[in-house]
Amino acid sequence: MNYKSMDEANKAVIDKITGSAPFLVNVVPAKEKIKELNDGKVLLHAGPPIEWNDMTGPMQGSCIGASIYEGWASNEEEAEKQLAAGQVKFIPCHHVNAVGPMGGITSANMPVFVVENRTDGNEAYCIMNEGIGKVLRFGANSQEVIDRLKWMQDILGPTIAKALALTEDGLNLNVIIAKAITMGDEFHQRNIAASLIFLKEISPYIVQLDMDDNDRKDVIQFLADTDQFFLNIAMATGKAVMDGARTIQDGTVVTAMCRNGKDFGIRISGMGDEWFTAPVNTPQGLFFTGYSQDDANPDIGDSAITETFGVGGMAMIAAPGVTRFVGAGGFDDALATSNEMTEICVSQNSNFTIPTWDFQGACLGIDARKVVETGIEPVINTGIAHKKAGMGQVGAGTVRAPKECFEKALEAYAVKLGLI
Amino acid sequence: MLHTIIKKNSYQDSINLMLLTNSIATMEGLNKVQIMMATPSNKDIFKDAGLHTAELEAAESNDMAIVVDTDNADMIDTVLEKVEQYLNDQSISNKKQGFETVRTWDKAVDALPNANVAMISVPGEYAADEADKALDRGLHVFMFSDNVSVEDELRLKQKAHDKGLLVMGPDCGTGILDGVPLAFANVVNKGRIGLVGASGTGIQEVSTIIDRLGEGVSHAIGTGGRDLKDPIGAITMMDGIRALENHSATEIITIISKPPAEHVRNEVMELLQSLTKPVVAVFLGEKPEQYEGNVYQAYTLAETAHIAVDLARGNEVKSDYNSGDFSVENTSLKDGQKTLKGLYSGGTLASEAAVLISDALGLGTHIKNEEGYVLKHEGQEIVDLGDDKYTQGKPHPMIDPETRSKFIEQAGDDETTAVILLDFVLGYGSHDDMASALLPSINKAVAKAKEDGRTLHVVATVCGTKNDPQSYDGHVKQLKEAGVIVKETNNEAVRTALSIVGLHVEDNQKKHVEGTKSDKKFDLSVSEDIASLVSERPRVINVGLKGFTGALSDTGTQFVQYDWRPVAGGNARMAKILSLLK
Repeated sequence: MNYKSMDEANKAVIDKITGSAPFLVNVVPAKEKIKELNDGKVLLHAGPPIEWNDMTGPMQGSCIGASIYEGWASNEEEAEKQLAAGQVKFIPCHHVNAVGPMGGITSANMPVFVVENRTDGNEAYCIMNEGIGKVLRFGANSQEVIDRLKWMQDILGPTIAKALALTEDGLNLNVIIAKAITMGDEFHQRNIAASLIFLKEISPYIVQLDMDDNDRKDVIQFLADTDQFFLNIAMATGKAVMDGARTIQDGTVVTAMCRNGKDFGIRISGMGDEWFTAPVNTPQGLFFTGYSQDDANPDIGDSAITETFGVGGMAMIAAPGVTRFVGAGGFDDALATSNEMTEICVSQNSNFTIPTWDFQGACLGIDARKVVETGIEPVINTGIAHKKAGMGQVGAGTVRAPKECFEKALEAYAVKLGLI
Repeated sequence: MLHTIIKKNSYQDSINLMLLTNSIATMEGLNKVQIMMATPSNKDIFKDAGLHTAELEAAESNDMAIVVDTDNADMIDTVLEKVEQYLNDQSISNKKQGFETVRTWDKAVDALPNANVAMISVPGEYAADEADKALDRGLHVFMFSDNVSVEDELRLKQKAHDKGLLVMGPDCGTGILDGVPLAFANVVNKGRIGLVGASGTGIQEVSTIIDRLGEGVSHAIGTGGRDLKDPIGAITMMDGIRALENHSATEIITIISKPPAEHVRNEVMELLQSLTKPVVAVFLGEKPEQYEGNVYQAYTLAETAHIAVDLARGNEVKSDYNSGDFSVENTSLKDGQKTLKGLYSGGTLASEAAVLISDALGLGTHIKNEEGYVLKHEGQEIVDLGDDKYTQGKPHPMIDPETRSKFIEQAGDDETTAVILLDFVLGYGSHDDMASALLPSINKAVAKAKEDGRTLHVVATVCGTKNDPQSYDGHVKQLKEAGVIVKETNNEAVRTALSIVGLHVEDNQKKHVEGTKSDKKFDLSVSEDIASLVSERPRVINVGLKGFTGALSDTGTQFVQYDWRPVAGGNARMAKILSLLK
């Protein structure tokens, strides 16, 4: 180890997080940034590694949709056959500097945000938010879904890319996050303030673009309608920042948390790329009419990168608007949740001060040791997918990261350091 | 049939509406209900739920749509009423507690950065580790936990001493720091008498008598019962004595213990003789014959309190405070009725009773605790019901009346029993109303004896003050009304019981002789941390039992509650790995 103590190593990791400078610089087809996507039929997925047979409904539904979208298959049946026959190669988003919401299915031609962390020079990618309702990330794959994805590829992505090109050096994401956290966002279940700030920042450039007026109107309308648009930018931000922090290869700070519907996986700074997994929990929460806990898919998606970064459920107190996800509790329950989360974090992030928390900073650096010591599992705010493919979102709620992942990580790290 | 209610331009957050939907769905007579803003994507959700209507389709994004599937159209008004009621009453009841609760040491110290005392009441096997952590953070330790090994106790006390800190305990049942009651303690007036004691109810008895005599206590520092034995050697007692010697508001120092190991006793006595302040000492089981220099040794707890009060007031110290008239009229005992049954909840009070009875029986004042009996001689029995023997898997008799009730009834059935002797210990931690809890069995025992033609006497003492959470006067009154003979002090209660069976204690008239100053130079100075412990209000991290925070809240003491759990949920392997990943 390069540090005198674990605390010192962890301090180095969190200094990387607070010192990060993430900028949104571009939107490009995924294949331009992720070379692995150019090598035959390849799909990226959320969470730690998983194969077709182990995927839950929503992720399989997304794979089928992506196969149709990419033109590998002309219908569901054909797509499913190819997938079941192992003709499509799967790679976790996290292995190629990317993250993906829910199923996280990302294919070559999908436009992705490019977030550059200027302190460490690394980049991270995430597909764009499709809105709510029938969407690919929840496993929907109807023509409506494919058509929207095509529109995002042809119109939305290039428009935002061109608008970003007009900015001096991209959009400073720390600034947007710092503003939006004071406006009630926690960047996982609530992104409306950040989405509006994004719209405010980007629209002056969009109006300058030489483009079809109907397309321009559609783009602005889509951005105006999509409350969670910023979520995917927040995810790419979390990924870019945590990957920068992970260049410190010591310590017990959690550098990634993600779920593939079967397993929950974490990484810690001292163990590099290795995943430590345990079966995922199923989120508890509120359901749309006609749906119940029985319909809920087990926890899924890379969006827990927001919690890893210290927001999302960790910053529940910042978003009084979503507090009732915590067992219909009120403000005090949100306060208790965030206070509890500080017990397992190294420090607090003064870049993101939260007014409703007496201007304390958001949580900073989940310490796997503290999770194991106290048994307090990180809390994640999450959308709940129907367990059947294509049914989409059926509710929202919270879920905990299983303690076992953290125990395994510490055990492996102790072995690596020759302590046991 | 589907009914649609559109509330135009009535925006509500989607979570509110989900909660509202859940609440409405519980109403009888509805097949299905969905309440959402009428956005295009929500309309799809209505569609999926089979609740799509033309009115809904016509509604706009800022309209709230309520679609109800019911066979009873009359329900619609009721639904609407309930919706309005819900929307008007969304505030969630606020149940704030006035203190912070944490789960780790780091957060505890963050929450109360100027904390100076850790009060530890975690299970014994973990207590030493937690005390270690507290000492590492520069905190004095009040260790309520028991079942801590003597090796750990010695190590912790040496470590504390080296760091200039104090370890009160383990098995420290009581303490008062600057008027703040810790664990099982009474609300005692603040004053100029400082106590250091190795016994819980010993401190409680002395401090409450001082209070009732109109004086007060500066601090009562508990040391734990083994402090004056080998191999601890009174580390905490002597640091405590030095602390009080240096504390200007303390004028009289009082120490309370069972008889110490011989060489420890000598060392403590030498230290006491070197002090500038007058000292009252009681080693329960030693029957002193004289006062030496500034050290006034007492025979009983009550005498200890009386001497301290007279010293504090500048009165001349009397040669004996114990003897008096304790006779009881009309005892009307049968021939065989000659035994005392002392059924105690307080261990030191039981010991004091045993010493006095043993003395009265001519057996000397040396007593031994065997199998929970502090005295068992020809039917004369003093039981410490707080002994481990009786508390396995059961609450302490100061909290729970059950065991004592049983013993009272048994004692009543014993034809030789003349007197049942009881203590009622008030204060924080103790039962809310032990008098009411025990009177049914007392009455039953007395009535049953009467049926057998025996008069059963019950003599009690109430250890408490007027400011205790329980009512001192109320206890005394309730007991007296039930025919119980209630005495001011345990000493008087025991002597009254003895007089009923025709026994009495011969007391020494203690002369005052010159003290023997040792040549040894004692360093009477204390660390800064100990000096501030006695000169300031304690600021407490309560590690473990939440019940102890009541006294802290009531006295306006700064504290943080540490909801302690075993490290890694008690997983020994993970705990070891955690200890290595430092």
